[in-house]
Amino acid sequence: MTTAPSDPIEPIALETQEISKHFGAVRALDQLSVAIPKKGMTSIVGPNGSGKSTLINVLSGVLPLDGGIVIIDGLGLRVVKAHQTPSHGMTRSFQEVRLFDQISVWDNIMAVLTDRRLNPAMLERSRPRYKEKAKSILERVGMWEKRDSLAMDLSYGQRKLLEIGRAIALDVNIYLFDEPFAGLFPQMLERAKAIMNDLRDRGRTIILISHNMDIVRELPDHLVVLDSGALLAEGNVEEVLNSPEVIDAYLGT
Amino acid sequence: MPPAFLAAIDHKRLGQLPRQMWNSSQGNVEVWANVVIIAWAAAFMLWQGEGFAISVGTIFAIWAILAVSLNLVVGFTGLLSIGHVGFFGTGAYVMAVLSSTATYDQPHSVGIPTFGLPFFAALPVSALLAGLVALMVGIAFNRFRDDIYVLVSFGFTIIAFNVFLNWSSLTRGPFGIHEIPRPEIGGMVFDGELEFLLLALAFLALIVLVSWLLVSSSFGRVLTAIREDERAIEVFGYRATHYKLAVWVISAMMAGLAGGLFASWTSFIDPNSFILLESVLLVCIVILGGLASIRGSLLGAMAFVLLAEGMRFLPFLPNEYVGQARQVVLGLLLVLLMLFRPQGLAGRYKL
Repeated sequence: MTTAPSDPIEPIALETQEISKHFGAVRALDQLSVAIPKKGMTSIVGPNGSGKSTLINVLSGVLPLDGGIVIIDGLGLRVVKAHQTPSHGMTRSFQEVRLFDQISVWDNIMAVLTDRRLNPAMLERSRPRYKEKAKSILERVGMWEKRDSLAMDLSYGQRKLLEIGRAIALDVNIYLFDEPFAGLFPQMLERAKAIMNDLRDRGRTIILISHNMDIVRELPDHLVVLDSGALLAEGNVEEVLNSPEVIDAYLGT
Repeated sequence: MPPAFLAAIDHKRLGQLPRQMWNSSQGNVEVWANVVIIAWAAAFMLWQGEGFAISVGTIFAIWAILAVSLNLVVGFTGLLSIGHVGFFGTGAYVMAVLSSTATYDQPHSVGIPTFGLPFFAALPVSALLAGLVALMVGIAFNRFRDDIYVLVSFGFTIIAFNVFLNWSSLTRGPFGIHEIPRPEIGGMVFDGELEFLLLALAFLALIVLVSWLLVSSSFGRVLTAIREDERAIEVFGYRATHYKLAVWVISAMMAGLAGGLFASWTSFIDPNSFILLESVLLVCIVILGGLASIRGSLLGAMAFVLLAEGMRFLPFLPNEYVGQARQVVLGLLLVLLMLFRPQGLAGRYKL
């Protein structure tokens, strides 16, 4: 059962058609069809093991699709490759922090800013515009003073924020955040929320996985509820949260 | 009751003193390593004289080129390869075949084609062919990583050695290739040991410069990111396989160049110079000096050469045990280093 989107002619940023992903006998994604509206923030919620992270992982090519089609900005894909994520206009953060541990905070940001092609990259020294961009990102996530320390020496919250910083270093249309708020202290949480809100104000699409129901009630414009790899409900946040099947399956217990 | 002056000593802090001294010395390990190794080298030169210094210097230059180039792959990109000696050997054999002036007119000698090309014409071919072999090998290796990478590169070393040993019509197999000439350009012949040392050091300087330019470029930064998390950097639009292949080929070309230098320096090569042990020693040098540190590789190569050549002169060590003793000492050094300083003498990155 799905709730119809509030506005049927709302443009779509990203759509999946019957995508599947199996881990052995476990169906992490089971013929999932979901459409994410353009602009604004969509939150994906669901119990543990409902396929939220798997969805983000197949969308960014970290895990290969077992079936179905992903449509990004009108482009249908049966195979999503990880290295094409930015060219699809997407960037992401990881649930388990995956920074480049044994290089500096500064290099963690610079690494994703530079030229993707081999030959220019070999000759390229740090360009002023990349440096400025990295500086603004690090100031944004409050890590400018820490720029020379190794990423592995940061606290958990700082690592989490640096991951968000690394994701927003790419100026793209769709931002995928996998549990960006987990384990953040209130001050850092506010900083992370401000970053998300700023992205929304600039007309970007944000897809957000969160377990924090306060945030789910507060931030997103649109809600997608997954259960056992299938769509349980989607639509306006209030409507979805109050719909009986969601209360039954997930929130009511 | 202890006397008052004893009671005044804070025993707890006294107990911590050795650890504190140890900790504060940690930051200076690199400085101390430099001082000790350079002093050691200087002492040897004064003691053993100029001829010794020159030949040790040349051996150092060749090992250092190999170590710096291998560090690009092992230290910066995180691909633990023990296949480097295969490229070193390729370069050496290309140089030998192209430049040897030997004639095989004895009735039973194994003959091979010789071209008698000058050194400076053969050297680029050494590097290019080593790079070509690396390209083919690298495409196959690219799907592997971590411990499997060690195994497949091990396999490559074995195959390379067997090719050198058994492709008699090109390498003369176990007989080796003689009469590889010294470099000569425009009437200037590097036949003296000192001239060759200077040439080898010039090549080392070139390799260090190129390596430094590479690792301090955006390319180098992406390599370290691949080392840390290959999947994560791919999501940001970098094709890790291309980067890995590129650095692998560049590194192999440098090893091929070292091979060409080596062949010309010794004037005779046979497959025994390109056994697996040499590859393992090379990885030891890189780890000893410090992963992801070019300075560390120079330091490691220097320490290794001093150790290897220096043990010849230990009065209590009979000559026939020198070879084995070197390996024991190097192995022991490596174990101690992994226990107390896993990043190596000058490195920052731990395996």
